[in-house]
Amino acid sequence: MTNGINFKIDGIDLTVDEGTTILTAARKANIQIPTLCYHEDLCVAGNCRVCVVEQKGSKHLVPSCAMPVSEGMEIYTNTGKVRLARKHILELLLSEHNADCTKCYKNGNCELQYLASEMLTGEPMFIDLVPDKKYTIDKHNKAIIKDDSRCIRCQRCVRTCEELQSVSAFDVAYRGKHMKISTFFEHPLFEVVCTNCGQCVNRCPTGALIERNYIDKVWDAIYDTTKHVVVQTAPAVRVALGESLGMPAGKIVTGKMVAALKRLGFDSVLDTDFTADLTIIEEGHELLSRLKKALVDKDPSVALPMATSCSPGWIKFIEHTFPEYLPNLSTCKSPQQMFGALVKTYYAKKRNLDPKNIVSVSIMPCTAKKFEANRPEMRSSGYTDVDYVLTTRELGIMIRQAGLDFESLPDEHYDSFMGASTGAGVIFGTTGGVMEAALRTVYEIVTGREVPFEGLNITPVRGTEGEVREASILIKKTLPEWSFLEGIELKCVVANGLAYAKKVMQSVKDGTGNYHFIEIMACPGGCLGGGGQPIPTNHEIRSKRKTAIYEEDMGMPIRKSHENPDVVEIYQEFLGKPLGHKSHELLHTHYTPRKRY
Amino acid sequence: MPANNNLIKELVNKYGRDRTSLMPILQGVVEQNNFISDMDMTEIAKELDLSAAQVFGTATFYSFLDTIPRGRFVIRVCKTIICDMHGKKMILQTLENLLKIKVGETTQDKKFTLLETNCLGWCHKGPSMLINHDVYSELTAETVHEIIAEYMHK
Repeated sequence: MTNGINFKIDGIDLTVDEGTTILTAARKANIQIPTLCYHEDLCVAGNCRVCVVEQKGSKHLVPSCAMPVSEGMEIYTNTGKVRLARKHILELLLSEHNADCTKCYKNGNCELQYLASEMLTGEPMFIDLVPDKKYTIDKHNKAIIKDDSRCIRCQRCVRTCEELQSVSAFDVAYRGKHMKISTFFEHPLFEVVCTNCGQCVNRCPTGALIERNYIDKVWDAIYDTTKHVVVQTAPAVRVALGESLGMPAGKIVTGKMVAALKRLGFDSVLDTDFTADLTIIEEGHELLSRLKKALVDKDPSVALPMATSCSPGWIKFIEHTFPEYLPNLSTCKSPQQMFGALVKTYYAKKRNLDPKNIVSVSIMPCTAKKFEANRPEMRSSGYTDVDYVLTTRELGIMIRQAGLDFESLPDEHYDSFMGASTGAGVIFGTTGGVMEAALRTVYEIVTGREVPFEGLNITPVRGTEGEVREASILIKKTLPEWSFLEGIELKCVVANGLAYAKKVMQSVKDGTGNYHFIEIMACPGGCLGGGGQPIPTNHEIRSKRKTAIYEEDMGMPIRKSHENPDVVEIYQEFLGKPLGHKSHELLHTHYTPRKRY
Repeated sequence: MPANNNLIKELVNKYGRDRTSLMPILQGVVEQNNFISDMDMTEIAKELDLSAAQVFGTATFYSFLDTIPRGRFVIRVCKTIICDMHGKKMILQTLENLLKIKVGETTQDKKFTLLETNCLGWCHKGPSMLINHDVYSELTAETVHEIIAEYMHK
């Protein structure tokens, strides 16, 4: 073991591991260095230079994000030279930045704006180039808006799209003063391979990449007395919403969120967890029926491995990149869309409402859900199943707009029915969660016994970031009707982040990956790291949210989807049986092959 | 514009499918067709397993990798300060009058494209220009006439 590197920063002696950058070391010593292009999740770019520091003996300032410390180094982070350089850099960025902050969606949550206020940039030092530039603003997308006039070309989005998602919907194009972040031939995002995952939106330090917001539309619906506004909340929202309202990461705010939604004026506050449980029932049976077809009927046309279909970013990715594997996707809609379809049918009927007067809103950790809700096939209730999709951030804004003091709200409960949930539904929000929830149910259907894991915690399938998690579960002592599964090892694989999804699909394609069931979530860490979650999101914050999700699961009285009372009821009253006629009509969907190029 | 699939296949076989082959492949396409079309780019992206945006990004970075159709002879007049002081403006005017096109345009017969370029490194013999791969320096209105007349017959 090496002794580490000794160096000095602002007069403080520090010892750090070899390879540590000045920036990381400084943060350990609680010295703040401003950054713009740097992001914990991404490779170092070193292009904004705002993190420059002075190194004793060096004529030039050094970028602290990219420079590893060396033995005996002396660093100064707050000299006049450093401050002036940072201010000039910022001024130069601002000279090309459309800084009409009051009209910008990111106003108040913008890293550039924050730095400008910190450095007191006043009268512009440089010529304002904004009026002479012909910026492209891409407003044609349902989920993401790209406004080049606010772009500072830090390339976080480019690195996100390439490194985390292996999509590269855009890249740096042109050169010098014409340089910009561009899609292929500057096509609008909806025409290219963009999956709408929103990871770029989550990392953009300015307002250049934002979600299309539907806040005012939702307010209009709420104020319209002729409308019955139903809201559903996704599992991962309850562990992150607090962050947009000033609370620390990893706080479970389910009760407060429900209270806030009721106070905002929603007529019914329901839980997407309910349809997450329903998804498990449908998807679990679908998996079993596919296995039966393959093993008993020896049907060669059955597509295995079966892949989960609840992440809309993943769906669009596979449609573009591996269209030949679309039959392998579960035909189940995502929980959001199942919910939407049921609200305007089952719910409407039971509550005696005219579905045309129902406005269905969903709160999602996701920007791709906005695209999903607008898919033409998502109208199985005869109406648009989900009218408006809001991100966690948008809900945070609405709560602030309403003047609610979120932290002091009491904990309230979801309305009934379609408000009951289980631990299995909650863990949909993290990578490996769908798999775990499905196994809890499938194993019990097949064997009549609970999964043989302590406390139902199937830890081998709990995915982690930055890896493909493989696990297998041996099925023993089946019930007679499932005897064909006796002794079978159910091979599962879990991946999060599309870069890893691509790896899994490639291994399936070249035959090295031999699986029965694949769970993919498009975003790092699963939905809890979704593109619609509060900014910032990084590895540390995601792990806190993850801990919170499992905590919430453990705290639920019911932790298996098939025991959800509302789910049991809906099958008795409305759906009949899993994979039945009604289910197919309302809860299942089909996919569209798209071009990668 | 249909892609030149055969040409691209040939280039890919020659240079390989690694990302580092992207540049020589793009250069090969320009060499053959004077520009890289959108279809060419998607075809190259497919072959190298890149995204189309990445190929577009690389192609637009280099001014010698044209992404809009160019003539058979691409004239690039040096626009930097030394050549400017040596009378580049007059050279450009002469070319514009001769070819009846402005900077950035291509003649109707698709024979000539007139462009400006950054420093060619011939400051000591300015003004200078490039026609495809050939450098012409110490230009005057007369020599420009002669040079273009020569190319007219090619």
